[in-house]
Amino acid sequence: MKRLIFFRLLQAIPTMWVIATLTFFMTRFAPGGPFDAEKAIPEEIKIKMEAHFGLDRPLLEQYFIYLHNLLQGDLGPSFKYPEWEVSELIATAFPVSLTLGTFSFIIALIIGIPGGMIAALRQNTWMDYLPMSLSMIGVCLPTFVLGPLLIFALSNQLAIFPPLGWYRPSDWVLPSLTLGLFYGAYITRLTRAGMLEALQQDFIRTARAKGASSWRILTQHAARGGLLPVVTFLGPAFAGLISGSFVIESIFFIPGLGKFFVTAAFNRDYTMVLGTVLFYASLIITLNLVVDLLQAWLDPKSRQSR
Amino acid sequence: MPLTPNLPKNPRMNHLNIQNLKVNFHSREGIVQAVDKINLTIHAGEVIGLVGESGSGKSVTCSSILQLLPSPPARIESGKIQWSGIDLLRQNDQTMQRIRGKEISMIFQDPMSCLNPYIPILDQVAEPLVIHQICDTKLAKEKAREMLLEVGVQRILDHPNAYPHEFSGGMRQRAMIAMALITEPSLLLADEPTTALDVTVQAKVLSILKNLCEKLSTSILFVSHDLGLVAELADRVVVMYRGKVVEQNDTHSIFTHPKHPYVQALIACRPTLDVSEERLPTVEDFIHSGETRTPVPLKSSEPNPTSDQKNLIEARDLIVEFKTDQGVIRAVDKVSLSIKSGQTHGLVGESGSGKTTLGRTLLNLINKTSGEIWLNQEKVSGSGRKYNLGFRKSMQIIFQDPYASLNPRLTIEQTLIEPMIVHQIGKSQNERLDRVISLLEEVGLGAEHLTRYPHQFSGGQRQRICVARALTTEPQFIVCDECVSAMDVSVQAQVLNLLKSLQVNRNLTYLFISHDLGVVKFMSDEISVMQNGCIVETGSAEDIYQNPQTGYTKQLIDSIPAANRSASPIV
Amino acid sequence: MTSNPPSSSLGREAWSRLRANRMAMISLFILIAIALISLLGPLIAPHSYEQQDLDRIFESPSKDHIFGTDNLGRDLFARTTYGGRISLSVGLLATLVSLLIGVTYGMISGYAGGKLDACMMRMVDVLYSLPFIIFVILLMVMFGRNFLLLFLAIGAVEWLTMARITRTQTLNLRRAEFVEAARALGFSDTRILFRHILPNLIGPIIVYATLTIPAVMLLEAVLSFLGLGVQAPMSSWGSLIKDGAEKMDAAPWLILFPGAFFCLTLFALNFLGDGLRDAFDPKSSKEP
Repeated sequence: MKRLIFFRLLQAIPTMWVIATLTFFMTRFAPGGPFDAEKAIPEEIKIKMEAHFGLDRPLLEQYFIYLHNLLQGDLGPSFKYPEWEVSELIATAFPVSLTLGTFSFIIALIIGIPGGMIAALRQNTWMDYLPMSLSMIGVCLPTFVLGPLLIFALSNQLAIFPPLGWYRPSDWVLPSLTLGLFYGAYITRLTRAGMLEALQQDFIRTARAKGASSWRILTQHAARGGLLPVVTFLGPAFAGLISGSFVIESIFFIPGLGKFFVTAAFNRDYTMVLGTVLFYASLIITLNLVVDLLQAWLDPKSRQSR
Repeated sequence: MPLTPNLPKNPRMNHLNIQNLKVNFHSREGIVQAVDKINLTIHAGEVIGLVGESGSGKSVTCSSILQLLPSPPARIESGKIQWSGIDLLRQNDQTMQRIRGKEISMIFQDPMSCLNPYIPILDQVAEPLVIHQICDTKLAKEKAREMLLEVGVQRILDHPNAYPHEFSGGMRQRAMIAMALITEPSLLLADEPTTALDVTVQAKVLSILKNLCEKLSTSILFVSHDLGLVAELADRVVVMYRGKVVEQNDTHSIFTHPKHPYVQALIACRPTLDVSEERLPTVEDFIHSGETRTPVPLKSSEPNPTSDQKNLIEARDLIVEFKTDQGVIRAVDKVSLSIKSGQTHGLVGESGSGKTTLGRTLLNLINKTSGEIWLNQEKVSGSGRKYNLGFRKSMQIIFQDPYASLNPRLTIEQTLIEPMIVHQIGKSQNERLDRVISLLEEVGLGAEHLTRYPHQFSGGQRQRICVARALTTEPQFIVCDECVSAMDVSVQAQVLNLLKSLQVNRNLTYLFISHDLGVVKFMSDEISVMQNGCIVETGSAEDIYQNPQTGYTKQLIDSIPAANRSASPIV
Repeated sequence: MTSNPPSSSLGREAWSRLRANRMAMISLFILIAIALISLLGPLIAPHSYEQQDLDRIFESPSKDHIFGTDNLGRDLFARTTYGGRISLSVGLLATLVSLLIGVTYGMISGYAGGKLDACMMRMVDVLYSLPFIIFVILLMVMFGRNFLLLFLAIGAVEWLTMARITRTQTLNLRRAEFVEAARALGFSDTRILFRHILPNLIGPIIVYATLTIPAVMLLEAVLSFLGLGVQAPMSSWGSLIKDGAEKMDAAPWLILFPGAFFCLTLFALNFLGDGLRDAFDPKSSKEP
């Protein structure tokens, strides 16, 4: 297991480098600069600002300066909001996304795993068809349809939860619910598929022959193998959730990382874009590693050979 | 934990009585009658052998007892299974749960897939005690440890938390036995428990099973396709054929006076060690079943050529190594071998002996690490497309699993014509088609089979197609890699006869690989015994059995059930 | 058991299994219906999808405009069906892109085995950890909303999973005995790959492709939602839904119709995909 961690971290370095390089050059080659959108800036001031940020230097030089700063942990100031460091902006935005993501994740798990397990256990009965139909609807209903629908129903019509903003805990409900339902639908389907496959295995028949009850078979024998595919999905899913769901944050006006990223991209705020991308990438890498460790723990066979 | 009022007070004196059991399988293609009104009784303390080939319904019968059949396709149409005053088929799942694993236990064929890979073996063996609340978890684990030691799984002492994949097949099966008998059930259902094991391992596991059940006074229903194996254990034998019981009798009588033609055929068409014959009798000789045509009759066999024949194939100091996570494994360890033209050389060994690797290395399907291969007095070496095609034309192989050996997407015609196209045999498509048809007839099939796909054929027929495919390039040398091991005895006899007649008609040379000594002896002129990558003994077929030189060979021979060693066993 | 049945290939058997699956057949019909409407709709609609009529904005469905009109008086029916053309073609094309790249990559990697396979799969692993969505967004933001770029970018996101699946299947097939037999018969690697391995991959590929299309369409919809999809006046279902969501209180039909079409298509594709999976892999039928 330690070997796994070591190799992963080793792999992470070139990965991050590739990402940084790719993003850097992609943003630079795109038409338009960070200050083009500002109307009515006199030419000289524009040139001065570009010089201040080092944008007048040759591209490669800028690249190496950036890498150099990066290695020291300096993500640079935001071009759009020069008083702020990119790292500070991320630090304010990330906790918001993190909260939203965590709540959504919990809701998704609560809906998904029991739902999928029951559906698998009672295959081809109403206890299977109902969750599966609901989850199918969930998978097919994009969040930007579900969100407004929920706002419409629970906020406008029934006035239970506030629709926008992120000030009070009650603000958290609708967005978390939207995301949670959507991911919950996926998890239901995955759990059911995984459990069904696990229940087909020969050793389940052995367990039955020993006199085990259905509940015991489900939880003690089938669950470990059956939940493996779910665990594989959960890693990137959680990463996606906590790094900010662009759509949800737009609909509900939540000041999270996703919204910042899209805005930064539109504004050609190079440093902000790069900072967010790198942050996101490191999140994914870490979570993938956690998922792999989890898988290794669940599956004794994979522990030995790696 | 009080027993339910349904369960008897003295379970030791139970017997099982199956009456008029009828089980059908419903699928989109129609209804299959798996078990057709059978009657069977197992008395307390008895060992019953339930014998049949695939499709006989023996496994279905066994699984019905504990209601373990997959319920949507399978349906129990009628019948009763009496066990200590209740009808097992009428009980609900809760009652069955109380009986399963406590009153009646079951063990299965493949110990790898039948044990949960995510739970340590000790816990699994202890589980029946916990499920049936016979004792608490701690005590259950203690008992499990004792039981495992009793069946010979010593490893559990040093590795109490070991998982199934850390044990060998034989050890896993012993653990299954421990798991089934830990609650001291009255009846044990054993569904082909030793089929997946090597012959030497099989003998040991069987004796453990026998002794333990005797000790606990547990009756056994032993299901197998191997009549000879069953004879080692059983007091009585029940033979099933196509869902019906065709004969039941005590073991001795079954062998000495079989009444039903099918049973006579089963006994006769096994290749045993003490009789040397040209052709195996087949089930068709006893009953007409109408599955295949009669193959082309044997030419009168000429006496086998003597030693002034040249060597067709030679291997010199062959070494084959593999790199794995555990290090370098030497599968073939300095093996030298020579086979004369027109002869059959048998290669016998258990799993891990390297026999399959050797066969495939001769054909260059696996790269040799060092050593030389000679074909027709010329060294096989070099590379490139032309060379490759050249020697591949002369050497072919037939594999074990007829289900996996044919491309499911190609028709038989496409499968058989393709090699001819690649090797440029035949000048036109029509000529090739004619050749294909004559090949099919040679193996006992016909032109009407050309447009069909592999999944529409039975296992025996598929293997014949594989034989035909091997013959398309007109080879001189064919490696038969366990090519009858996956078959029923009756089908096996047909394919072996076919191979022998082909050898005579076409002057073929075979390397016949198998773990089954009887089959190897029937086919071979000379035999080599392999163990751990080395050849430990070589000799003529007769010599190997009359005078085995090494301890391992002797052990192999002794592990064969007595009834399979001799055509007229004293049982 | 096999007396004299007509020859039946695996494809034919899968098709007959699919036919028996009612949900899958209904889904198939729905998809065909939607595709036809999308194709013919803009042709038969009395109004063009871009024709504005500022006197008649936000009209609810009527005889003249059966789906109503939007904020610029454009006919929603025409726009919805036109949007169908865009969304469906993006879905199909992007899936095709990911298929071509993914299958080729996976097949080569799986068949080659050894070091090449390990290397190629390592690359896939690295690419997997790249936040692709981010790159797609970046691409679309930076380089403008080019239709071609759109489905290339989306296709480039999905090929990884296709490659992994293909590679696993290829690995399994390579070890199959009929492939060994082909090698023993002297067939070249190319012949084996295309005649023996690829045809046996088609089942899983079809299943996965059918399930990729809805994923791709969702992705396009998200991009449209962020304002990064197709450019106005072109409309995809995603952009229509976005516009409709903003005006949901006043004119619910604006989100209702495109939303219904979109969700129905996704629904049908998913059911069809599941049905195809069962049809090609009859393990679930539990034969004795």
